[in-house]
Amino acid sequence: MSLELRNVGWNAGFKKIISDVSLHVTRGEFLGVIGPNGSGKTSMMSVLGGIRAPSTGQALLGDQPMKKIGRRNLARHIGFVEQQADTIDRITVRDAVALGRTPYLSLLTPWSGHDDAIVCEALASVEMGPFADRMWHTLSGGEKQRVHIARALAQQPDFLLLDEPTNHLDIHHQLGLLELVRALPVTVVAALHDLNHAAMFCDRIAMMNGGKLIALGTPEQILTSQNLHDVFGVAADIEIDDQGRCHIRYHAGNQKSSAIKKTGLRNPVF
Amino acid sequence: MFETTPVQQPVQPPRQSLAGRAYLARAGVSLGALVLLVGVIAMAAAKGETHIPLGTVFQTIANHLWQAGYDVDPIDAGIIWNYRISRAMVAAACGASLALSGAVLQALLRNSLADPYLLGISAGASTGAVSVAILGFGAGMVSLSLGAFVGALVAFGFVALLAIPAGRGAGAIILAGVAGSQLFNALTSFIVTKAATADEARGVMFWLLGNLSGVRWPDVYLALPVAVIGLLVCLWYSRALDAFTFGVESAASLGVPVRRVYVVLIAIAASMTAVMVSIVGSIGFVGLVIPHAARFFVGTRHGFLLPASALIGAVFLVAADIVSRIILDGQVLPIGVITALIGAPAFAIILCHGRVLR
Ligand SMILES: Nc1ncnc2c1ncn2[C@@H]1O[C@H](COP(=O)(O)OP(=O)(O)O)[C@@H](O)[C@H]1O
Ligand SMILES: [Mg+2]
Repeated sequence: MSLELRNVGWNAGFKKIISDVSLHVTRGEFLGVIGPNGSGKTSMMSVLGGIRAPSTGQALLGDQPMKKIGRRNLARHIGFVEQQADTIDRITVRDAVALGRTPYLSLLTPWSGHDDAIVCEALASVEMGPFADRMWHTLSGGEKQRVHIARALAQQPDFLLLDEPTNHLDIHHQLGLLELVRALPVTVVAALHDLNHAAMFCDRIAMMNGGKLIALGTPEQILTSQNLHDVFGVAADIEIDDQGRCHIRYHAGNQKSSAIKKTGLRNPVF
Repeated sequence: MFETTPVQQPVQPPRQSLAGRAYLARAGVSLGALVLLVGVIAMAAAKGETHIPLGTVFQTIANHLWQAGYDVDPIDAGIIWNYRISRAMVAAACGASLALSGAVLQALLRNSLADPYLLGISAGASTGAVSVAILGFGAGMVSLSLGAFVGALVAFGFVALLAIPAGRGAGAIILAGVAGSQLFNALTSFIVTKAATADEARGVMFWLLGNLSGVRWPDVYLALPVAVIGLLVCLWYSRALDAFTFGVESAASLGVPVRRVYVVLIAIAASMTAVMVSIVGSIGFVGLVIPHAARFFVGTRHGFLLPASALIGAVFLVAADIVSRIILDGQVLPIGVITALIGAPAFAIILCHGRVLR
C-alpha cells in the first residue's frame, strides 16, 4: 500500500494555496513536513489524508485515486490527527478512542468485543491505558494529543498523519510524544515546527514554502544553512554529530525580519 | 498496519464491553420513559375540564383498538378519543420531533445553544401564518397550517441559500439562521402592525405561542409518521453524529461523508420542525433544553441520546399540555408559555451544573 501525491494543487475559492506537490510516502518511514507558518503544510496533509480533494493533480492510495476509494475505505488506511481538535461534549477517553472504529462499524457489523480490544490496545500503545475512564475535559494538552493519536490508531491505519502534534506541549512531552510515535508500527507523516525534532526523528523531510514542496530528502540533505536561510530566514549552523545526526544552532540578531525572528527564537539554542 | 502488538501496559478492559456498558441501565431508562409516555398520554386523556377516570380511558382505548366492547359513556368516549388522545399524540410527536431536531443540530453545528428554530423555521412559519390570517393570502382556501408550513420552508430555503455561499460551515449556518429569523420576524411584525385588528393580532399571538386545541386525528396521521420517520433517519446516522465530536474535519477523517450527512440531517430536522410548527405553532425551549436533559441521563453517544431525547421530549410536551389545560380555571394557557416557564429555569440549572458549557 502506497500513499502518493501527483502534481497536486489545492485552491480555497480562487486562491491557490498549494500547487504542484508531488510526494511518494515510503512504507514504514517517518516523514517530516517542515516549512514556515502558512507555507501549506496543513493543506498538503489534508489532501494527503483524503480529507480535501485536490483541485488539480491526483492523490492516490495504493495506486488508486482517493476519489474512487471513498471516505470510509480511506479511513481504514489513513489516520489523521488535526492541528487542533477539541470538544465540549462530556465524553470519556475510551469513548473518544472508540470513535476511531467508526469506519468499520455499520448496522450489519455493530460494535463487538474485537473493537473493545482494539481500543484498549490503542490506548496502551500511547500509554494512556490508566486514563481510559477519565473525562476528556480533565486531560492536559499532552494527554489529549495522545488520545487523539490513539483514536487514529484505533482506525488500524497503514498511514498515520499528524499535523503539528507537539504544539502546546512542553519539551519533555514533545520528545516523549515523538519517541512514542516513532516506535509505533505505522508509517508516519508529521508536520513539525521544531527543526531539531525533525532532524532527530525523521527518516526523510519534505520542506514546504509558499505552497510548494521545494525539497525532499534525508535530514542532512534538507537541513542546510542555505535552506534554513532561504526558507525560514534564519541564520544557523548545522553540526553533524558522530551518529550522523544534524543539530541546528541558530544565531540571534541577524534574522531577515521580526516576523520570522519568532520562528528562530522559539527554537532554543541546542 | 497497526497490528496486534503485545500490550506494553495493562489496560483495564471496560467494565462491561463498550456495546454492553451500562446498556441495561440505559435500556431501562428508555423502557421507563416509554412506560412513562403511555402513562402520561393516559393522564392527558383523563385530565381536563371534565375529569374522567383512568379506567374509562383504558377501556375506551381498548374499544377503539381491538373492539373490546367495554360499556363506556359515549360522551366520555368521544371526549377521550376524539379530543384528548389525538391531542396528546400530536403533543408527543411534536415534543419528540423538536427534541430530536435540537439534538441533531447541536451535534452537527457543534453548538450547545443550537435549537430547531435556529434555521429560521419558526420565524418563517409565523410570517406564513399571518400572511394567511391577516393579509388573507389564499382567499380562505388555504389553512393557517399550510400557510405556516410554506412560510417555514421559504424561510429555511432563505437561510440555506444564505449559508451556502457564506462557506457552509457551522458558523455560517448559525449566522444565516439568525439573519433569516430576524428578517422574517420583522416581516411578521410589519404585517401585524400594518394590517391586523387587535383581535386578529391577539389570535395570531396565541397561535404562535403554541396551541394544541384545534388538533384532531388527521393531524395525528401527519405528525406521528413524520416523527417516527425522522427518528429512524436520525438513528441511521447516529454513528456519523458521534464522529462529529471533534469537529467536521475529524468526522471526515473517520470516513463520514460529511456533506451528505449535513444535507440529509439538516433537511430532516427542518422538515420535522416545519410540520410540527404548522400544526401547533412554535413551541419554544423543547428543542433546546430536552437534548441537554437527555445527555444528563444517557450521555453523549447518539445511539442512546436520540431515542432518549425523543422520548423525554414527548413526555415533557404531553405533560406541559396537561398543565396548560388545568392550571387556569376555564382557560387554556398557550403551551409555549408552560414550556418556557419550565424550560428556562431547567436550562439555568443545567447550565449551572456545567453540563452545557464547561
Ligand atoms: N480554507 C482556506 N481559505 C482560505 N485560505 C486558506 C484556507 N486554508 C488555508 N488557507 C491559507 O493557506 C495558507 C497555508 O495554510 P496552511 O496549510 O494552514 O499552512 P501551515 O499549516 O503550513 O501553517 C495560509 O496562508 C492560510 O491562510
Ligand atoms: Mg498548519
